[in-house]
Amino acid sequence: MPVHPMPQFGSFSLLLALVLTAYNLIFGGVSLWGATAGGQRTTRIPEAAWNRLGETARRAGMASFAAMCCAAFALVWAAFTNDFSVEYVRAHSNIALNPAYKFAALWSGQEGSLLLWAFLLSAYGFVLRLRHRVDVRLSAFASTILAGIQLFFVLLLVVGAPPFSLHPGPVPQDGAGLNPLLQYPEMVMHPPMLYLGYVGFSVPFAFALGALMMRYPGEKWIHITRRWTMVTWLFLTVGIFMGAHWAYSVLGWGGYWGWDPVENASLMPWLTGTAFLHSVMMQEKRGMMKNWNVWLIFSTFLLTILGTLLTRSGVVSSVHAFAQSNIGSWFYSFILIAFAVCLFVFFFHRDHLKSENKLESLVSRESSFLFNNMILLAACFTVLWGTLFPVLSEYVQGSKVTVGAPFYNRVNIPIGLFLLFLTGIGPLLAWRSTSLRSIRRNFILPAIAIGVTAVVLMICGVRPWKDGNEMQSTLFSLVTFSLGAGVITGIVEEFLRGANVVRTQTGKNLLASALLLTRRNTRRYGGYIIHFGIVVMFIGIAGGAFNQSRETAMGYGDTLALGPYRMVCRSITQDSKAEYDTDYAVLDVYRGDKYITQLSPERRVYFAGTDHEQAATVVALHSTAQNDLYTVFEGKDPDTGQPIIKAFLNPLIAWIWIGVAIVVAGTFVALFPNLTRTAVRQRQEETAPAGASRAPAAVGAAGVLVKAPHA
Amino acid sequence: MRKLIRSGNPVIWAKTVQLVLLAVITTAMLGAGQSRYEQLGHELVCSCGCGQILLECNHVSCPSSPVMIRELQAQLTSGLGDTAVVNWFESKYGATVLAAPIRGGFDNAAWIIPIGVFLLATAGTFLVVWIWKRRANSLVPAPAQLHPAGLQGPEESALRERIRRETEY
Repeated sequence: MPVHPMPQFGSFSLLLALVLTAYNLIFGGVSLWGATAGGQRTTRIPEAAWNRLGETARRAGMASFAAMCCAAFALVWAAFTNDFSVEYVRAHSNIALNPAYKFAALWSGQEGSLLLWAFLLSAYGFVLRLRHRVDVRLSAFASTILAGIQLFFVLLLVVGAPPFSLHPGPVPQDGAGLNPLLQYPEMVMHPPMLYLGYVGFSVPFAFALGALMMRYPGEKWIHITRRWTMVTWLFLTVGIFMGAHWAYSVLGWGGYWGWDPVENASLMPWLTGTAFLHSVMMQEKRGMMKNWNVWLIFSTFLLTILGTLLTRSGVVSSVHAFAQSNIGSWFYSFILIAFAVCLFVFFFHRDHLKSENKLESLVSRESSFLFNNMILLAACFTVLWGTLFPVLSEYVQGSKVTVGAPFYNRVNIPIGLFLLFLTGIGPLLAWRSTSLRSIRRNFILPAIAIGVTAVVLMICGVRPWKDGNEMQSTLFSLVTFSLGAGVITGIVEEFLRGANVVRTQTGKNLLASALLLTRRNTRRYGGYIIHFGIVVMFIGIAGGAFNQSRETAMGYGDTLALGPYRMVCRSITQDSKAEYDTDYAVLDVYRGDKYITQLSPERRVYFAGTDHEQAATVVALHSTAQNDLYTVFEGKDPDTGQPIIKAFLNPLIAWIWIGVAIVVAGTFVALFPNLTRTAVRQRQEETAPAGASRAPAAVGAAGVLVKAPHA
Repeated sequence: MRKLIRSGNPVIWAKTVQLVLLAVITTAMLGAGQSRYEQLGHELVCSCGCGQILLECNHVSCPSSPVMIRELQAQLTSGLGDTAVVNWFESKYGATVLAAPIRGGFDNAAWIIPIGVFLLATAGTFLVVWIWKRRANSLVPAPAQLHPAGLQGPEESALRERIRRETEY
């Protein structure tokens, strides 16, 4: 009987992880119960003994991470060494596959991606358990809850979707290969990023549930989870947009978001997570919205699981590979159990979630957060409704319908515009109540910017009433650009106002003052930078109203004109590589008479797999800040054999990716600890010019350079 | 014009409404037909199972989209109206060929429910804020809160900390 050491090692590691995780859950739970009972002197065993038991559970949880590392390593090793005795490796890799993509094979199939999920969850758990001293008891609760989630995934890997199943019969000489569409550098990064986001929401969920279970006094748990939540949100944001960029650069249909159920599944927790990040500030600052926040984070976590259920159970149709599988019942059960636990704990402890303050004015930061939450949840509901509607329709009418981009665009664009509007006004409102004078002072410039932008754009030709069938999309774009200008003006105004105060205090120049201002309150100004990034993304998305496309068969020397560009076909070539055959056209691109670049749209047919040939297009793209010229090799004219080239002119697309980069930068800023006042004063004394020392606020006692405890 | 409208004469009101409606319809009709192919092609889904919009489906060797695109062009040149073209595709390929639920009946729920939820949520938020505001106004603040300047020592520090926490972003 042949021996397969690596798959056996992997399977053993998974079993070990299962035992350790179960130990963590059971004995962690028992120790928490015992410590509570011991503290209340309802058991004879002293509290210290229970705590020691809890410590063993914590260590078991940390050890489960090591076991999961071994399991993940075993699968990657099997892929790198072409061990096709492992069915998963045979189905998703082959000998000729680039090593980077062999690594990506870990998450390119159902079982591997579940292994990645469990591995990342154990990694998050490891960090949480390592940092347990931040609050030992709350961390113990969170660790036990995380162990419960991890137990589900490890059990699923051991029983429902084992990644180390052996290939029946003789070991094949080669594997089926990785889907060619996934053989793209971004695909090595996109799934782990997305999963880091999905899985990461388990941590704030565990803390929130734990804090509620133990009736945690105060809002410290929010401080503890703030960075977890932000980092998780950042991963999810980057993951979603990497996926969008991959779709744009690889799939060759000229767009980046197709409202596929898998895309929707990633968007829903992002929307509720964003709502949570905003509304949790109200709890932190004013002790309000506790019930709401608890349910927001519960919903975010449940949506990550629901998304996984929707896309892996075959409930809804998706172009993604995981759509059909038999693990749906696992996820149904898990969601039901998790929801029941949330509901039970909430009802048992809901008196602990009483608001400390009431909302005092409709025109206040609090109410803007409320509306922001409402809009984000409405958007989330729309996406969920659209995703589930085909199933509902089949149940009610007996026939399935398609709910595609036209539905989502029509319903979500007005919601998005309202959100953009709130992004502008929210930060300009004061906490508790905003006076009329303050409103006048803060909103006059943004209002002027909105009006001026609208007029200038109409003068420049953005006139919805002249666009016939495209009237609606042009109108939405006009509103987006105008609102965007207003929001950016508001943000710049806030920075300038603060920087001017700092400049008066320190004598620094405006840029240095703005920098110091940001460092003093990274959370506030990082938030503004994130808002700025979101506006830039909206502007990029609004450019879609002006997309153009043309398609034609091109022979040698033929020309295709699109917008300001002219493409001349220079050659049509066929080639054969190790993994694929390729056809490509070489196009010289001119703007007027000026040569710009050369584009080579390509069509490949991969034959490396043993199952079947797979075809894929390779997009050729010339991207500028103004527009993207996007060319696709569509196929060959059956009569002439000439390549059919489809060209798209997509205005402002680059701003979407620039906006994401700004959001990432803003999140990093917000994650940085604040400089404390003492540190600022010390810096001022060290660096301010002699004359500036006379500025009133610059005179202060020297302090030590310390970081704020709860930035 | 403004004077006439202000006078409240119903005939003038009706004429004004007619004028506006005429302008809107004319605007909407300008350019109609310019891109019927593009418009209808984006209301249909490729039937190969890829789930993409018909005119955006370009995956290599797709067995369906070239055929469907030729059918769309043939239907348009035959002079059929938009609804008739859509109905023709629905009868041939089934309801899943439509990119959005537009057949009436239960399909309307797809559009009404999200809009209804959005409107209800907006109204509900206004109501909640209004109720909270009323409750807050009905509370009489304690004298110490009215005169925080009278506080000293740790109480003053606590109050200052609270003000800082609540007013910082």
